[in-house]
Amino acid sequence: MRVLAAMSGGVDSAVAAARAVDAGHDVTGIHLALSRHPQSYRTGARGCCTVEDAGDARRAADVIGIPFYVWDLAERFHTDVVDDFVAEYAAGRTPNPCVRCNERIKFAAVLDRALALGFDAVATGHYARLVDDPGGRELHRAADLGKDQSYVLGVLTAEQLAHALFPLGATVKADVRSEAARRGLAVAAKPDSHDVCFIADGDTAGFLRARLGARPGPVVDGESGVRLGGHDGAYAYTVGQRRGLRVEAPTADGRPRYVLDIEPVSGTVTVGPHDALAVDAIEASRPRWCGPAPDPDHATLACTVQLRAHSQPVPVRAEVAGDQLRLFLGEPVRGVAPGQSAVLYLGTRVLGSATIARTQRLASA
Amino acid sequence: MVAEAVDEMSVRLGEVGNASSLHASGRRARRVVEEARERLASALGARPSEVVFTAGGTEADNLAVKGLYWARRGADPRRRRVLTTATEHHAVLDPAGWLVEHEGADVELLPVDADGVVSLDALDDSLRRDPDSVALVSCMWVNNEVGTVQPVADVVASALAHGIPVHTDAVQAVGHLPVDLAAIAVDALTLSGHKVGGPVGVGALLVRRELDLEPLLHGGGQERDVRSGTADVASVAALAVAVDLAVQRRETQSARLRGLRDDLVTRVRALVADAVLNGPAAPDDCSPAIAHLTFPGCDGDALLMLLDAKGVECSTGSACTAGVPQPSHVLLAMGRDVGAASGSLRFSLGHDSSPADVAALVDAIGPVVERARAAVTVGRR
Repeated sequence: MRVLAAMSGGVDSAVAAARAVDAGHDVTGIHLALSRHPQSYRTGARGCCTVEDAGDARRAADVIGIPFYVWDLAERFHTDVVDDFVAEYAAGRTPNPCVRCNERIKFAAVLDRALALGFDAVATGHYARLVDDPGGRELHRAADLGKDQSYVLGVLTAEQLAHALFPLGATVKADVRSEAARRGLAVAAKPDSHDVCFIADGDTAGFLRARLGARPGPVVDGESGVRLGGHDGAYAYTVGQRRGLRVEAPTADGRPRYVLDIEPVSGTVTVGPHDALAVDAIEASRPRWCGPAPDPDHATLACTVQLRAHSQPVPVRAEVAGDQLRLFLGEPVRGVAPGQSAVLYLGTRVLGSATIARTQRLASA
Repeated sequence: MVAEAVDEMSVRLGEVGNASSLHASGRRARRVVEEARERLASALGARPSEVVFTAGGTEADNLAVKGLYWARRGADPRRRRVLTTATEHHAVLDPAGWLVEHEGADVELLPVDADGVVSLDALDDSLRRDPDSVALVSCMWVNNEVGTVQPVADVVASALAHGIPVHTDAVQAVGHLPVDLAAIAVDALTLSGHKVGGPVGVGALLVRRELDLEPLLHGGGQERDVRSGTADVASVAALAVAVDLAVQRRETQSARLRGLRDDLVTRVRALVADAVLNGPAAPDDCSPAIAHLTFPGCDGDALLMLLDAKGVECSTGSACTAGVPQPSHVLLAMGRDVGAASGSLRFSLGHDSSPADVAALVDAIGPVVERARAAVTVGRR
């Protein structure tokens, strides 16, 4: 196959590209330039958006012995990921920009261009497994559950997965690092990237404040409706958040308060006790299926659902209703934030995902 | 590199000696440097004392622009204007911009026409407006992207009328056009080793003896006290061989390259009907070694990648530090829009280019353009 290897400048995508070569593919490396101002995003080489990262990716391609180019996706990334990120926070939701990037950049803009230019597949350093079953290609969790990234790939459709290659899915991270060292790749010891790649200093609230301005609003007690304090912008809060509430009045029982809800129009941040965070029903929109879509009129799936990156899946009964997915959780879950992905799993297999729109609190809470 | 330059360089790399040393091996090294200086000067109609060896064309351009500006402004503080063209190489544009930022210079970028030829009227207007405030004029001889030959002799005549020195970046001219300092009164001229079949990392600024120049590099003063640094004996020796041979072979080589280039353009346009040739159509007005074409509806980086995979190596212009291709400032100055500027490729020919190279491009270009067009359509979806 002619394979386009997306190389961020990190160790994972470098080893993924090298393995694609070993597997006999005709591989071309590309680095995605995602920043409109490359120097401004990260200081030091921790992320995937700096000039230094582009250089690291180029050196890895040299060592692997593949052609290497830089593709300018800055405008698309800005519109589809950064603007979306800001708009979602402004709407009181908590987006996952990596999901958006996979959905709209890596396996859309990049994949479409790659296919048009004569490539057969896009390879990335994601930790997830593709299993070719007689019934079709399946997306599964990685062997290294600590690094598993199937959650952020759950948004990919069968058509996208048909042209994806995840060469690291069966390997644990430690082995990838030692393999990189063995292959003479200088990025072998490069630290993992964390946080949001386009927020240089990790200060998400500051990034949003610079774009959305001060939007003061009240912090209100969920049970009594009493105003407890104020804030400069609801976008600094996420459902389940405890820190930074700036509420001085103590609770009756002396226990901490958590963000329960964010209402974007009035900017009201509702807070309450930990128990009040528990939800057992979720409405999610825009379902995407990693294989054949279930009957949209009356499908019910008994499976598990993961509600944010790096959380444990819980049993769920998922009802498909047109463009909506209703999730009835087998056990209550705390800190479920609208805007995050709800990814459905059957064992290790990803069935599909949808974006959390609303949650319903436990009747007993 | 041409074989003779490789041979010269290999021999000289094996010899020991610092050309500034006073002992025997120093004298031997110095002799090699001075003979290289004489050979290079003689090939270009200059005097040996006018040759300042540098570490390449970029340094020579920087030395000319900054060195002339500092010296001329030092002699008369009114001289703050730098007149140059909008299509110069970044090795001229960027030092000029730096002078604006840090030294209070006013840079005027003279406009070019659709073929990239500088407006002599604009130059004359600008000079006449206030000649006493002009520090220097810098106008490239041949544009490195589209191959446009500038009317350097006319530029010199205009500036000379006001007693203003002229620098020309002749990196793309030496070996392709007659470059004779005895025949053209430029005050400073940049040349570069690797564009004439010599080594990368060595070049020269030819500077009239009577012209004052402030140095960029201070130290031992090895080159006429305007350029310090231990002489790179092997490189300057190979540079002189390459320049001399390029000048000797110029007429036959230019005719050969012109034939290849015209064949390339004709055959590519026969296959891609809407491909646009950039730069002047008349043979005397453009470099025989450059064919610059716009492929409407294509992204240059996609064309480059697809051609590269077929063994055809070409350029899209410049890239930023991260490697992102940028629309060419030359094409933008020639009045092209960003879309056209982004879908353009430069095909350069050199001493080792052959009809087989042109054939390889002709074989590849049709399907490559078709595919690149399809990819653009996908990208806009």
